Amino acid sequence: MGAHHIIPAKTFLNVLIALLFLTFVTVWVAQFDFGVMNAFIAMAVASIKGALVLMYFMHLKYDDKSYLVIFFTGIFFLFVFFFFSQLDIVTRIFEGNTL
Amino acid sequence: MSATTTHDSSKNYINHESGILSWLTTLDHKRIGLLYMWTVLTFFAIGGFYAMLIRTELFTAGKTIVDAGTYNQFMTFHGAIMVFMVIIPGVPAFLGNFVLPLQLGAKDVAFPRVNLLSWYCLIVGAAIALCSLFYNGADTGWTFYTPYSIDTDNGTVWLVLGAFVMGFSSILTGLNFIATVHKLRAPGMTFFRMPLFVWGLYSTAVLQVLATPVLGITLLLLAAERILGIGIFDPDLGGDPVLFQHFFWFYSHPAVYIMILPAMGIVSELITAFSRKTIFGYKAIAFSSIGIAAVSFFVWGHHMFVSGQSEVAGIVFSFITMLVGVPTAIKTFNWVATMFQGSVRFDAPLLFAMGFLFLFTIGGVTGIFLAVTAMDVHFHDTYFVVAHFHYVMVGGTLMAIMGGLYYWFPKMFGRMVSDFWARITFLLIFIGFNVTFFPQFILGAMGMPRRYYDYLPAYESLNKISTIGAWTIGTGFLIALGVIIYAMKKGEKASDNPWGAKTLEWQTSSPPPHENFINDPVVTAGPYEYR
Ligand SMILES: [Cu+2]
Repeated sequence: MGAHHIIPAKTFLNVLIALLFLTFVTVWVAQFDFGVMNAFIAMAVASIKGALVLMYFMHLKYDDKSYLVIFFTGIFFLFVFFFFSQLDIVTRIFEGNTL
Repeated sequence: MSATTTHDSSKNYINHESGILSWLTTLDHKRIGLLYMWTVLTFFAIGGFYAMLIRTELFTAGKTIVDAGTYNQFMTFHGAIMVFMVIIPGVPAFLGNFVLPLQLGAKDVAFPRVNLLSWYCLIVGAAIALCSLFYNGADTGWTFYTPYSIDTDNGTVWLVLGAFVMGFSSILTGLNFIATVHKLRAPGMTFFRMPLFVWGLYSTAVLQVLATPVLGITLLLLAAERILGIGIFDPDLGGDPVLFQHFFWFYSHPAVYIMILPAMGIVSELITAFSRKTIFGYKAIAFSSIGIAAVSFFVWGHHMFVSGQSEVAGIVFSFITMLVGVPTAIKTFNWVATMFQGSVRFDAPLLFAMGFLFLFTIGGVTGIFLAVTAMDVHFHDTYFVVAHFHYVMVGGTLMAIMGGLYYWFPKMFGRMVSDFWARITFLLIFIGFNVTFFPQFILGAMGMPRRYYDYLPAYESLNKISTIGAWTIGTGFLIALGVIIYAMKKGEKASDNPWGAKTLEWQTSSPPPHENFINDPVVTAGPYEYR
């Protein structure tokens, strides 16, 4: 809806540079062992990259807000899935289950 | 409808164009609905044939007609065909496609080309699934549980990929219906003037769009696990086989409501139309559809009480599962209250709706038994579960499909189905169904495991009764097929509104013209203004 928003090429270029930089970050941190934090750090970097792509390349930042609602509905259900499956796996360890 | 003077009344959507190509490239939702009808009926015949083979094999203990490996394939194909190719597309894609735009007063669905694409997805998916037959078939059951599905023959991969492609059909239909409901309602058709079948389809569409992608991911992961050995589900590689069940049921429990919610919508239409009375508790029924759809995402762990899932998770899932009973009971009581003091006409469609009420209630209540963790330890993977979900899926959804088919048949083909013969099919299906599945509750309580090829002598007499019941259902459906085909060719001509119903699809001619309505309808009142 609304007027078609045209994003200047410079913005796209900046986003591209940011994405390339973050890719190097991912590769760079991979050589250190942070224990359980390994996955969290990798996911954090990946989430920032994902957010940049969604906001600029996929226009979510400029589009009608209902698209944002639809996007976050998907994210919400992802969390539902993570929450309950983790509830199982974490409490399984807590209960001393051998599985 | 006085302005039909300029319109050639012999023209309708069926004879609008002719030739097989006009059907395969049609963008008309009514024609696509009929394509789905023939597709679903064909798959239903195949799935039903497998059901007959299964029950015949179980007629006696030990080998009756086939060996154990073949039996496992029969059971897998019966389940996969009935779930993915019959019940899931059965109501939304077949009846929904035909009826939804008409009930909204729209010319078509929002994206007619996407609508046709979704039919092709089903066909292509089904063709891929059939390829599994060249590889010794698949024998995992329709649930494809790991670790067995990783080790077994390659037929499984084809069946899994077929189900993956068919998932797109479901997603596209759901997307289309959501857009249609939001954008194409006739002037004056507010949300609370929409027929309840539309509410049912709308809730279903939300589930199709949100849940089906997870099935896609699950099946792709399974295929990747088999082909590439990535180690998501294989404990030897650090995976967790129970995680597969989380993934699978995250889709497949909501899928149960994809199957039942639109069926409940049909029942709402049938009960109010044949009671000649405004539906009792319109908003309660509408919102309970949304309520069931919402709760359905938080209960999937009830399939996993004995899988090694943690006790905490089991208790949480058990509690939430029982909540589903609340909106379901709201609907049931409202339906009964609608019939109370109505001018009830016991035509065949209403008989099927009442069959639904009776059987679905048994299915629902036994579902609460299974939601209790302590009882589920005993009932899990026994015939009790088989009986339970057949009461829901066959006693519920299939009864509603039959009722809906007889109800909208005059609109689809402009001819009436013989009410006498439709009642005969109801009697055979209803009685046969109970004879088949009620003994299975007892067998399950006695401890007979499901999916087994063989059983102990103690179970033999009840299995014999069950098999005889299955043959009765089969006879009922064969007669129904004959009745329908006869009615298409030679049935008595139907008027525009043979049942005296109030929703918009009955305001246009039978069969409707290509563009649905000659004059765009304007809505000024609710859908069930009987009295
Ligand atoms: Cu379930």
